[in-house]
Amino acid sequence: MLEVTGLHVAYGGIQAVRSITFHVKQGETVALVGANGAGKTSTLKAISRIVPATGDVHFCGEKMLQIPPHDLIRKGIALVPEGRGVFPRLTVAENLAMGAFIRDDKAEIARDVERMYAYFPRLKERETQLAGTLSGGEQQMLALGRALMSRPKLLLLDEPSMGLAPIMVQKIFEVVRAVAAEGMTILLIEQNAKLALEVSQRAYVMESGEITLTGNSAELLHDPKVKAAYLGE
Amino acid sequence: MDIFLQQIVNGLVQGSIYALVALGYTMVYGIMGLINFAHGEVVMIGTLTAITVAGSLLAAGMPPALAGLAALIVATLLCMALGWGLERIAYRPLRNAPRLTPLITAIGMSIILQNLAMILWGRNYQTFPPLFPKVNFELAGVHFTAVQVIIVLLSAATMLSLTLLVYRTKLGMAMRATAQNPAVAGLMGVNSNRVISAAFVIGSALAALAGIMVGAYYEIAHYQMGFMLGLKAFTAAVLGGIGNLLGAMAGGILLGLIEALGAGYIGDLTGGFLGSHYQDIFAFMVLIVVLMFRPSGLFGEKTGDRA
Ligand SMILES: Nc1ncnc2c1ncn2[C@@H]1O[C@H](COP(=O)(O)OP(=O)(O)OP(=O)(O)O)[C@@H](O)[C@H]1O
Ligand SMILES: [Mg+2]
Repeated sequence: MLEVTGLHVAYGGIQAVRSITFHVKQGETVALVGANGAGKTSTLKAISRIVPATGDVHFCGEKMLQIPPHDLIRKGIALVPEGRGVFPRLTVAENLAMGAFIRDDKAEIARDVERMYAYFPRLKERETQLAGTLSGGEQQMLALGRALMSRPKLLLLDEPSMGLAPIMVQKIFEVVRAVAAEGMTILLIEQNAKLALEVSQRAYVMESGEITLTGNSAELLHDPKVKAAYLGE
Repeated sequence: MDIFLQQIVNGLVQGSIYALVALGYTMVYGIMGLINFAHGEVVMIGTLTAITVAGSLLAAGMPPALAGLAALIVATLLCMALGWGLERIAYRPLRNAPRLTPLITAIGMSIILQNLAMILWGRNYQTFPPLFPKVNFELAGVHFTAVQVIIVLLSAATMLSLTLLVYRTKLGMAMRATAQNPAVAGLMGVNSNRVISAAFVIGSALAALAGIMVGAYYEIAHYQMGFMLGLKAFTAAVLGGIGNLLGAMAGGILLGLIEALGAGYIGDLTGGFLGSHYQDIFAFMVLIVVLMFRPSGLFGEKTGDRA
């Protein structure tokens, strides 16, 4: 579904992503793990056309690096950005509505909003509140709900666990699992390697802009190198 | 007391016009952080266009109401096109340039438009054709004209519609989202170029309306009139908190009131040393005071509700 070939991202002289190649198949949850500054966010930003990149990104057979950024979601790719990126002075309901910006089917949108509120009852309680007043965990719920509102084919998640209390992480990942179980294709970025490997079927390990290891998540969880470097064992 | 009420009415009328123009500054600033100094010239083009259209239609024997309506439509459409074109030609190529570059370009565009207007309409004052009946009302010792009533009512209706557009429609939501986080708004499918164009076009339509109002109110117009009006409306936008819609409206009205009351009492305040024609100093005193003590304006928070 998603094929990334020789993707390269540089900020001035800094080579953040060095010619990486990986793919995500339909219905899979794939994790991209790595330490701070490994180039994970840069990879997602390149795929979502936020930063310029060279190489090739194919999605459902179509070249992605050529299309204007605002058409990405129309092709079926939704990103939950690092740091959530909620619109702070729009209400919770408006943020969800923004997620459905490209859709016109009012009745279906209303049904999806209710689905998001069912996933995250907390958001329902905060419906008319400005998103900037939400806690970090609530904002992460909102960012995930907003991305799902576009009914994407591929969901890109950039560190949904970052800075959250364990209970919040658990709630978010319950929904990620539920969405995956319903057939969503997911590319998940995490520093929390244990969590990422538990949720995903396959994983890539990134180090200084390169992919150094790949395999089935279950096997990587028991890989001595991974254990030593990322699982703190 | 009579002077006081009278100046309140006058200030309200002038303030409504400032508010309409200030909205144009604030919408563009809210979405892209640019102070479009050519905005005052859009107002001026609106006034002069209306004078030409209404004048020739009246001369051709059209009834004033129809001629006025036609002038309103033509001036508004022309200004919308002008605002759209300004952004496309002058500002869009500079989207990623350092902030000073588009600002200087804006000043350049303002000079170009002034000169263009001078070529088209000449250096002389143009008189605004008599479109509205010359009716005067008196209420509790306060005098006002039909034009004044129309200005206040039409501005209020326009501002209400704009507020509904920004807070109740999908376009308005996209505008607010883009102002708050353009990259993420793009991820949601919002084409930021369209939103920016919309801000310019809507702001210019308000400018055209304001231009016709000033023309009808003062009954004269001139190719340089946009400069002072633009500067004062910008002051109003800063006073309210630039980037904030409600702020632009409140700032405009407030500035109109400050000026009118200042002009009414300046003679008494200075023992007759300064006359009411010094009223312009009030706007700039306000600007300086706001910039010194509360640069984010009345309604602006640190981040401000941009757009
Ligand atoms: N806008 C930028 N300008 C310059 N360098 C950048 C920029 N963004 C990222 N970098 C650099 O690129 C490298 C990769 O950063 P990136 O954000 O992709 O890492 P990451 O794997 O997501 O890290 P983290 O886990 O901390 O989020 C880092 O060395 C970072 O300093
Ligand atoms: Mg990152």
